[in-house]
Amino acid sequence: MNGNMNLTLKVWRQKNAQTAGKFVTYKAEGISPDMSFLEMLDVVNEGLTLKGDEPIHFDHDCREGICGMCSLYINGHPHGPKRAITTCQLHMRSFHDGETITIEPWRATAFPIVKDLAVDRAAFDRIQQAGGYVSVNTGGVPDGNALLIPKVIADEAFNSATCIGCGACVAACKNASAMLFVSAKITQLGLLPQGQPERYRRAQSMVAQMDEEGFGNCTNTGACEAECPKEIKLTNIARMNNDYFSAKLFREEEIHEEQHGG
Amino acid sequence: MSLDAKIPQGPLAEKWSKHKFNLKLVNPANKRKYDIIIVGTGLAGASAAASLAELGYNVKSFCFQDSPRRAHSIAAQGGINAAKNYQNDGDSVYRLFYDTIKGGDYRAREGNVYRLAEVSVNIIDQCVAQGVPFAREYGGLLDNRSFGGSQVSRTFYARGQTGQQLLLGAYSALNRQIHAGKVKMYTRTEMLDVVVVDGHAKGIVTRNMITGEIESHAGHAVLLCTGGYSNVFYLSTNAIGSNVTAAWRAHKRGAFFGNPCYTQIHPTCIPVTGDHQSKLTLMSESLRNDGRVWAPKTPEIAEQLRKGLLKADQVKEDDRDYFLERKYPAFGNLVPRDVASRNAKEMVEDGRGVGASGFAVFLDFADAIKRLGEETVKAKYGNLFDMYIQITDENPYKQPMRIYPAVHYTMGGLWVDYNLSTNVPGLYALGECNFSDHGANRLGASALMQGLSDGYFVIPYTLGDYLATIGPKKVDTSHPAFEQTKKDVLDHVNKLLALNGTKTAEAYHRDLGHIMWEYCGMARTEEGLIKAKELIKALKVDFWKNAKVVGENEEVNASLERAGRVADFIELGELMVDDALMRRESCGGHFRVESQTEGGEAKRDDENFAFVAAWEFKGESQPEELHKEQLVFESVHLSQRNYA
Repeated sequence: MNGNMNLTLKVWRQKNAQTAGKFVTYKAEGISPDMSFLEMLDVVNEGLTLKGDEPIHFDHDCREGICGMCSLYINGHPHGPKRAITTCQLHMRSFHDGETITIEPWRATAFPIVKDLAVDRAAFDRIQQAGGYVSVNTGGVPDGNALLIPKVIADEAFNSATCIGCGACVAACKNASAMLFVSAKITQLGLLPQGQPERYRRAQSMVAQMDEEGFGNCTNTGACEAECPKEIKLTNIARMNNDYFSAKLFREEEIHEEQHGG
Repeated sequence: MSLDAKIPQGPLAEKWSKHKFNLKLVNPANKRKYDIIIVGTGLAGASAAASLAELGYNVKSFCFQDSPRRAHSIAAQGGINAAKNYQNDGDSVYRLFYDTIKGGDYRAREGNVYRLAEVSVNIIDQCVAQGVPFAREYGGLLDNRSFGGSQVSRTFYARGQTGQQLLLGAYSALNRQIHAGKVKMYTRTEMLDVVVVDGHAKGIVTRNMITGEIESHAGHAVLLCTGGYSNVFYLSTNAIGSNVTAAWRAHKRGAFFGNPCYTQIHPTCIPVTGDHQSKLTLMSESLRNDGRVWAPKTPEIAEQLRKGLLKADQVKEDDRDYFLERKYPAFGNLVPRDVASRNAKEMVEDGRGVGASGFAVFLDFADAIKRLGEETVKAKYGNLFDMYIQITDENPYKQPMRIYPAVHYTMGGLWVDYNLSTNVPGLYALGECNFSDHGANRLGASALMQGLSDGYFVIPYTLGDYLATIGPKKVDTSHPAFEQTKKDVLDHVNKLLALNGTKTAEAYHRDLGHIMWEYCGMARTEEGLIKAKELIKALKVDFWKNAKVVGENEEVNASLERAGRVADFIELGELMVDDALMRRESCGGHFRVESQTEGGEAKRDDENFAFVAAWEFKGESQPEELHKEQLVFESVHLSQRNYA
């Protein structure tokens, strides 16, 4: 045993997408405050495995807050109670001895449950595939310094580009809207000169795919921004809407593409 | 069997150009007749998949994560080198080549490394064109910074998240090809074997990690872009899922494993806090620019610090030993990674380690804060300090950081020739998965460069030559070799599922890690390695007797996945120990205590060990056979590294 915290966990268990799930209560004992939340689950799982029970399944990989694989809806918050971190960066010192912790998967129609706490976020990939890129092939591109990009633009594009695609924004939203996620990519590429030729086409195709996947509309309450581990700003959504409506209302994508030869 | 690295003849600077001209081409209309299998979607895998699909080949891409964007390249912090010489500070392709060869302690091929330096400039252009938001200066030009082991500013970066931005660039190019129907993407799919037909790789066998289905995939070539094997040490800076299984199974099907003992240990990681620890977190090397490394002068003071009776800032100046500054006055805290790591280990062994566990030394910013002010230090390193606070709950603005070395990268990997082909025709290895380019030690900001070089600019040329040679005729999955391999995989899975002992695979992994770290880590001795070999052999026997795996194949089963990976790590561990035993010299990250200079530095033995060790699998529990590829140096003079 590593530490002296004893906790009660109420964990969502669900065999697969076809089966109904339920909460199951577990004890997590001898937990050290220095453990990360996922390491606490590792300890519980080690015990379950030795008893011959199925360990609690959850997604995780880098455990340093950058791959976006971990999720978990902890006590009503995506990635737990602390701001601007992922579940893998959450440590047990953020909880107190004797506490009951409720752990659920992301809840959204567009994120079907894979098993227990893991969900299928392939919808995010499909949205990116619909247009989240600059159409250049390998080779034959200009020198990196041939294009001057003002520092403020590069920095702003970078801020949007730090999205890790974890899905916390969807989980936080009562409409399960994916707009923060989608707008982050639209904003990154929409700000940079490289992204201009396809700017309006991109906004339209990504939004269309987002709608097709069954994500809801923006509630304008900003829960996504508050829960985003990378602090992606709500203003990204405004930029996305601007590009989207410009394209829709004024067929600007066609004019734009004529001008840019896109 | 003799190893032919296929390095082109002729002057160093002309090798790649000439080679590209001599390689056969597949005509544009014929490319769609070829199917290419690519395993892994990190920088090497994603860039290769996108580039080959753009050329017209049909690509099948595989990753074990839920999305190709999660590959561990995403976690690289510092930057990517390129010989652009934008700073007018004397950089050139030749200088990048020279720094890389020297940094690798003269254990890499000149031809490969020169090519790497040559195409480095194209990588930056490509990434900018994709919309990667590199750091810029106010005038709009790309910004650079300097990085360990070089005297010029050639590192391009995107704050502390360069790997993320480069990977998302490659991922976007991959997405475009998925959308175009040229890449078929298989996520949550783990490769478990290579199918070899008449000596050529013709496909793979995978396990669907949702349904458990064991599936066969046929192709004209198989590219392994599956990363490194640092997790053989259990604790490393790698992602939890990073594993050697794809490379190891390929090795057991005939692909030679090159220089398995070459591992890189990074000096500035956040120390272990207890047995529960599942991974280690790196703090960027850049911290050593302003942080001073020290340990208490005596074990008694260290003891008080460990017990919490004394705080670090209460230790008097006279009682501190700034050991790197003392031993290496010229380089001070900026000595290379391997030197800094070994010195920290010596402090701990001397009883002078700090922190509750005693496995740490201090990295102190008090002087920097006094000199520059807290705001300046915050502007430079704020995100790293935040990360440190998050993990340790300590404030590095007030108390020095505690750091300790951790395994970070593996220079060894599958042996490949100049074309990135393993010795099994049709089977290629790219990125950290292969052994090439970094020799015995990798320089900072060079891993990203190599992954993208292999994927964007090397394999699109070299693969065509092989494909043109074999022609478009397909071997499909009805071939008996596929059935047989599938059966072998299923047998292996069932053997794992039958394990119903008393210890989890994770616990075995932890044990293996302890053995590797203790005896095959920062400093290796003949005696220790012999002991490690015995311990690993015993661990392997114990694993197959007493491990416990739960659940069944036909479902999501992390217990089964972990067990398979640990079983492979145990076998790899033994080979690493064999390789380290065989190499009775020190070079780069491989430090044999018996072979050091008077100053305690790694001492090479060029007369006897200037070769690549390529190991051939000879059957279960049989000793592997060593093949040597002699390294020929025509352009650089081999010298002893000296940082004093």
